[in-house]
Amino acid sequence: MSSDHLTRRGLLQGSAVLAAAAPTLSANATTPRTIGANAMMPVELTVNGREVHLQLDPRTSLLDALREHLHLTGTKKGCDHGQCGACTVIVEGRRINSCLTLAVMHDSEAVTTIEGLGTPDKLHPMQKAFIVHDGYQCGYCTPGQICSAVSVLEEIKAGIPSHVTDDLDEVAISEAELRERMSGNICRCAAYPNIVAAMRDVAGEAKA
Amino acid sequence: MRPFTYERATSVAAAAKAAASVQGARFIAGGTNLLDLMKLQIETPTHLVDVNHLGLDRIEKTDDGGLRIGALVRNTDLAADKAVRRDYAVLSRALLAGASGQLRNKATTGGNLLQRTRCPYFYDTRMPCNKRQPGSGCGAMQGMSRSLAILGVSDACIAQHPSDMAVAMRLLDAQVDTMGADGVARSIPIADFHLLPGDTPHRETALKAGEIITSVTLPKPIGGTHVYRKVRDRASYAFALVSVAAVFGKDGSARFAFGGIGAKPWRTPEADAAAKQGAKAVAEAALTGARTTHHNDFKTLLVERTLTSIYRQRETRA
Amino acid sequence: MKFDTPAGPNPIDRGRVIGIPHDRIDGPAKVTGSAPYAYERHDAAPNAAYGWMVGSAIAKGRIAAMDLRAAEAAPGVLGIVTHANAGKLGKGSMNTAPLLGGPQIDHYEQAVALVIADTFENARDAAKLVRIDYAAADGKFDLAADQAKGVKPDGGDPDTAAGDFEAGFAKAAVKVDQRYTTPDQSHAMMEPHATTAAWNGDKLTLWTSNQMIAWGVGEVAKTLGIPKDNVRLVSPYIGGGFGSKLFLRADALLAALGAKQVGRPVKVALARHQIPNNTTHRPATIQRIRIGADKDGVIDAIGHEVWSGDLPGGGPETAAMQTRLLYRGPNRMTAHRLVTLNLPEGNAMRAPGEAVGLLALEVAMDELAEACGVDPVELRIRNDVQYDPEAGPQRPFSSRKLVECLRAGADHFGWAKRNPKPGQVRDGRWLVGMGVAAAFRNNLVQKSGARIGVDAKGRVIVETDMTDIGTGTYTIVAQTAAEMLGVPLDQVTVRLGDSRFPVSAGSGGQWGANSSTAGVYAAAMALRAKLAEQAGYPADQALFEDGLVKLDNKSQTLASLAGRDGLWAEDSMDYGDLDKRYAQATFGAHFCEVGVDIDTAEVRVRRMAGAFAAGRILNPKSARSQVIGAMTMGVGAALMEALDVDTRFGFFVNHDMAEYMVPVHADIPQQDVLFVDELDDKSSPMKAKGVGELGICGAGAAVANAIYNATGLRLRDYPLTIDKLLKAQAA
Repeated sequence: MSSDHLTRRGLLQGSAVLAAAAPTLSANATTPRTIGANAMMPVELTVNGREVHLQLDPRTSLLDALREHLHLTGTKKGCDHGQCGACTVIVEGRRINSCLTLAVMHDSEAVTTIEGLGTPDKLHPMQKAFIVHDGYQCGYCTPGQICSAVSVLEEIKAGIPSHVTDDLDEVAISEAELRERMSGNICRCAAYPNIVAAMRDVAGEAKA
Repeated sequence: MRPFTYERATSVAAAAKAAASVQGARFIAGGTNLLDLMKLQIETPTHLVDVNHLGLDRIEKTDDGGLRIGALVRNTDLAADKAVRRDYAVLSRALLAGASGQLRNKATTGGNLLQRTRCPYFYDTRMPCNKRQPGSGCGAMQGMSRSLAILGVSDACIAQHPSDMAVAMRLLDAQVDTMGADGVARSIPIADFHLLPGDTPHRETALKAGEIITSVTLPKPIGGTHVYRKVRDRASYAFALVSVAAVFGKDGSARFAFGGIGAKPWRTPEADAAAKQGAKAVAEAALTGARTTHHNDFKTLLVERTLTSIYRQRETRA
Repeated sequence: MKFDTPAGPNPIDRGRVIGIPHDRIDGPAKVTGSAPYAYERHDAAPNAAYGWMVGSAIAKGRIAAMDLRAAEAAPGVLGIVTHANAGKLGKGSMNTAPLLGGPQIDHYEQAVALVIADTFENARDAAKLVRIDYAAADGKFDLAADQAKGVKPDGGDPDTAAGDFEAGFAKAAVKVDQRYTTPDQSHAMMEPHATTAAWNGDKLTLWTSNQMIAWGVGEVAKTLGIPKDNVRLVSPYIGGGFGSKLFLRADALLAALGAKQVGRPVKVALARHQIPNNTTHRPATIQRIRIGADKDGVIDAIGHEVWSGDLPGGGPETAAMQTRLLYRGPNRMTAHRLVTLNLPEGNAMRAPGEAVGLLALEVAMDELAEACGVDPVELRIRNDVQYDPEAGPQRPFSSRKLVECLRAGADHFGWAKRNPKPGQVRDGRWLVGMGVAAAFRNNLVQKSGARIGVDAKGRVIVETDMTDIGTGTYTIVAQTAAEMLGVPLDQVTVRLGDSRFPVSAGSGGQWGANSSTAGVYAAAMALRAKLAEQAGYPADQALFEDGLVKLDNKSQTLASLAGRDGLWAEDSMDYGDLDKRYAQATFGAHFCEVGVDIDTAEVRVRRMAGAFAAGRILNPKSARSQVIGAMTMGVGAALMEALDVDTRFGFFVNHDMAEYMVPVHADIPQQDVLFVDELDDKSSPMKAKGVGELGICGAGAAVANAIYNATGLRLRDYPLTIDKLLKAQAA
């Protein structure tokens, strides 16, 4: 019986090997930014137009740097594994999952989060459209949806094809295109048709 | 995620050297799979060599009319590249069928080749898994194996290779270009790049310690009609149950590669040879040696049906 | 205020604010990311340490030994909570298994420790160093294998009967007798269970994500053995619940214990991969449905039996409930049987009972329609009944517009174009089919309170511990207050989800909207009386509009009447026996068109429409969103959602969002929602009923029936995935 196997194994939560001590780097390696494990590393980011300087554990994801260190909690942690899209932010003009990247990997880069798109007093057109079309319910996936939605319209403009693009050289906006491109942002409340309506609205394609 | 040291490499040679000089070092590029696994301590590198700034992000023509794709070219950029769209549409299609827009913006060409399995027993560190912890057994074989491989599997492991891109690369006979820690470059045919599990499912590629993928080279375009058909449990953002990459020539000849069913991106000359006999014959040839469980035995039928669908659509469009 | 006689005309009927599709008032906060969720309270608990839960690696047995030394020695670790140091803990009355396990282990991923560290990264790593030796015991994990061991559950109405089912069924001209199965499902709300906990002396504050504030306070107090007065729950924004956050869960308990141990605030969010096995899920069911009808499809006998499993002390999935009320038939029976399993805890998920009961019943009705050669819409109309068919005509429905929904929906959807013969319609590579299913969900009412005031500026403020889990509570509460006091919507402030506010109905069982606004109605009536008295007008003659209290041609502003200190009133709405005297339920009809790939059996929903009768629709915009969201969850249930059970190790294998499939954007096409006009004067003064769960009820069956119409393949084992469709086709 398999549970026997488990018992005898004497489970360690991790694998059988305890965390190794910090490795010593050989002297001849070219390691301009190497420092010891557990040591903090300086990271400089431009977040929503503002330059910030952080000292971070290299293990810190960009998502946790934003939420826990910069207190920009608009960016959400839904799964922390790139499976839901709630953490979507725009880095150097491209939307990415901020949970699946380390903050140190983005030293000197520009990050736009939901807070950078607009504020309650000065909403981004996409934020406004989400309100008008009820493109959310619980609100937790919403910042990620909006960051994606803004980027998706740019990606279509830039001629980047998608899985549902018939002719790879003819990229145009359509409901099917928006749905496919937004599929990396899960909304369990399922405001999906409303989000698509909001995007069409912003794209100047409001459905009559 | 275990503590690690981090460095940003400044040259390919330095990166390879750095990785080889530290035990447990790993390269990190897009990070979309590596960090996923590091958070669960399935991957536990002691040192990360960030290769994102090595300039390996160009797509250029080779002297013999092929295409050299830098290892750091992002999936989005590769799929959207004009030459790829025109000459290697199956690759664009495969890339666009995978993951999500966000992930494709980050994931790289080299990294995608190194993507590890989605077997749920590999992912749960409390379960036995020969791939994750050699000798611990396989939780999947007698467990929930619906998504797992039916070809190239062994008594030790039935994990599936999850990549879409790699299936297209396999179809196109890509070469994986690398540089070793010793500074020596080599090219590995994609067919030899991924290893079958055998008794050592933890060994997944032909890469040696410190060896870094620098580019992937495609031979000159083969023309034809390019198809990538992916069947999955929802319309998007899901791994393949079965995928088929195909290029059809005008004379009805074709080549095929398969995803979702193999321990590695799957291709057999017998399947290509059966092209003119139709979907059923191709499926039969491709599935020679298939080993199924009662959870994933539908995949044999689904391979045939997916091929049928491809043939049917060709007829419709003809 | 007591609601014990049907509502007459009242201020809500004016419909100047109520019933209008206003944008959500919490919209600007949500779309800018400024709405604070439980793990984000840097404002309230600025120095919070990070807790990481360790879950059990076995499903059943005991912890033989725990070795914390390596974890304690890890960088940044501040403390570790385990059963050995947590002190004596009670168990919440709504928890089946203890939230902190050990030495006994009740299910896989049951919490066994919380590792607290200065940073998230340190906590997560140190948790991996907790070494636990288990003594595993054999458990039961296979519902089908143990079906025969099912017993009659305690409480509820496990067995119901009227007439003589067996005799009626035996002599029926047309019979359906089928077995249906539904899998375990996961709520998969987007925000993980999360809590920030802080102690101030013996006072505990939990900023948490919880649908039911007052329940939560009581359960925390009971579990920790402290007075309720020492517990404060704050939950203004909840990133989805669907039933998973009805109860105190491990995040909150562990955060409280951790904060106590390390003497500073601690926050805990369950990791996504821990959630399906650590928290609750919708239990799998096996259902047998027998329907006997005459040749015209008129039902004479209907029986529905349900088997489900749960941990010892748990409860059944009441999937036969709707069958007691939905269709006519003098001879009827339902039965629920509960099988003891050692899988994680089963409990409520959006429309518990009906959501999976209708996946079976409404397919059985489709099968009956075909057997009788009667159109499925017409069949349901023929079997409508305007009273509780168990109790007889003396217990009528308060309002029942199923037939109107079926007709309006069919008309809108173009049902008449459906080819009744399966497998006939092709569109390119797609076989196309249409399906219908009735929607039914009980209407529950719950006592609910609120406090409402007018400040010196004439601004109206409402406070209640009611929650907004995405349902639109902020907005409909504000609309109710605005309507009652005659002010524009933007003059109302709503404060929710704090146990310092009056106890409300909370969010569950789709009772939230109607019950909580009825509570606001009660408080507003009390405030109107105070304001009228202040104005010197008779309360029953005063008119509240335009920010004024008016009598004939006299008027005074709310601000002036409120005075410098403002004027406040508090009341709650309590209910008499109208829900006993009348059957109360919400109804609807789902229509769905699918395409099924002729070769690969991939299913794509092409369009959906539904018509619903749920009393007064308080805000058609947010109500529509609730319904389409629920319809989508129904699509998930029909096509993809299932927790896969490993019956050897006793756990749900696909425990993350990559492997547990829920619908994505690309799965969901156009969804049309019609609301059929209805005011239910026996439900509450709002004349509203619930709508948040109605949309899932029957939606999946409409998909299944459409697949049958498209292909002729009748699958009865959910979800209807490609592998099952291909095998059915090949068979």
